Amino acid sequence: MKKKDVPQDESGLEKDNIKEICYAVDEKGDYTTIKSTGWDPKTIALDNALQEINERINDAKARVLNGETSPIEYYMECHKMDIGILASYVGKFQWQVKRHFKVKTFNNLSHKMLEKYADVFDISVEQLKDINYGN
Amino acid sequence: MEIDFTHHQTAHCENGVVSNLMKHNGFDVSEPMVFGIGSGLLFCYIPFLKVNHAPAITYRVMPGQIFKRFAKRVGIKIKKEKFKNPQNAKARLDENLEKDNPVGLQVGVYNLTYFPDEYRFHFNAHNLVVYGKQNGDYLISDPVMETVTTLTTKELEKVRFAKGAFAPKGHMYYPINFPKELDIESAIIKGIKNTCRDMLAPVPIVGVKGIRHIAKLIRKWPKKKGVKVANHYLGQIVRMQEEIGTGGGGFRYIYAAFLQESSKILNNSTLEELSKEMTEIGDLWRDFALEASRIYKNRSAKTDAYNKVATQLETIADKEELFFKKLKKAI
Repeated sequence: MKKKDVPQDESGLEKDNIKEICYAVDEKGDYTTIKSTGWDPKTIALDNALQEINERINDAKARVLNGETSPIEYYMECHKMDIGILASYVGKFQWQVKRHFKVKTFNNLSHKMLEKYADVFDISVEQLKDINYGN
Repeated sequence: MEIDFTHHQTAHCENGVVSNLMKHNGFDVSEPMVFGIGSGLLFCYIPFLKVNHAPAITYRVMPGQIFKRFAKRVGIKIKKEKFKNPQNAKARLDENLEKDNPVGLQVGVYNLTYFPDEYRFHFNAHNLVVYGKQNGDYLISDPVMETVTTLTTKELEKVRFAKGAFAPKGHMYYPINFPKELDIESAIIKGIKNTCRDMLAPVPIVGVKGIRHIAKLIRKWPKKKGVKVANHYLGQIVRMQEEIGTGGGGFRYIYAAFLQESSKILNNSTLEELSKEMTEIGDLWRDFALEASRIYKNRSAKTDAYNKVATQLETIADKEELFFKKLKKAI
């Protein structure tokens, strides 16, 4: 890539005043570094990923309201986690976390276990039971 | 307590930490040099791992490998420590800062508060340098940031003990022993040979073979997985290529810069020509990202569009195969 072709597109980096470094060749053909504000294909890919996550959050929310899953799954999606990551944060096996998604099991969870989840999501146990504190 | 540490922004975190720590210790080693000598360039499809519910592809070697290989090849010694207990991890860090020793840390990205929200994912192989402590906050030189920043004690503990794949477990590292002069020339040759071996490996998911493998999968996705999933997968490939640590195109440019620098050090003009060739291959990777982003932006999954980007990847694989064969002969 030539120095003059280094993209300076709009991206999420801009509002935080962050620029990234790109390697490109100057007029003499020598490599140099130049700052970039972002590149559209990257921004589109990122937006795509975030949209996907939002869909998952909304889907989980709907299922909590329907009584099909516990708020744990909803908060997990809010924190961009998957079951594997959440399981390692609370120190449980994946199948145990999956069980905790069941509303019945969730309602019977000990205060200690609920606290573990609440800590991971940085909320209180009361807030954990109420999905209004997510997102 | 603040160590006199100069922050240089780099394109990639691990190269950056190594380059910055080397400069701090009086050795002027550029980011591309670290990347090249550490044989950072790779392509690997990891079939059984999913990241963000999509296939995982890596464009670089495992976290920590670049530093490890670099150190071994230029003849420096590094001390690496992992911890079970956050208190011990903090104590060891503080001890080093007291001794005026800036250290590299492996951290998780999700709780890095100075990153824009949308860039915070559960990715645990980020690297930064801690170079001091002020009013209870740690002074941070994160190589991908323009300027230095800070993290509170609690925030730093969170990122050092992030969980999930590549959990850092408080991983801390710093060089402890340097030779009088770095053995750069032989290190460059070892680094290049290693990368050629990786990229030409006779393994279906590694190197140029891996690129062809992914191209084949891309052709199948729209039919096998449906529009939505196919688009999500393709988006993820581009994200891993361009977003998460300057994968495809970006790494090729860094590698080209490395070859250019090496051609002068080794007095080998073939490497200068190959640097130009690698730059062109980098451009092809960017063309691929551009084309792929168009597909999922328009939310279409026309089979011919998917075939087109797959063909682009196959062209790249052919060119890289030729390239690495030439590179192997050039040294």
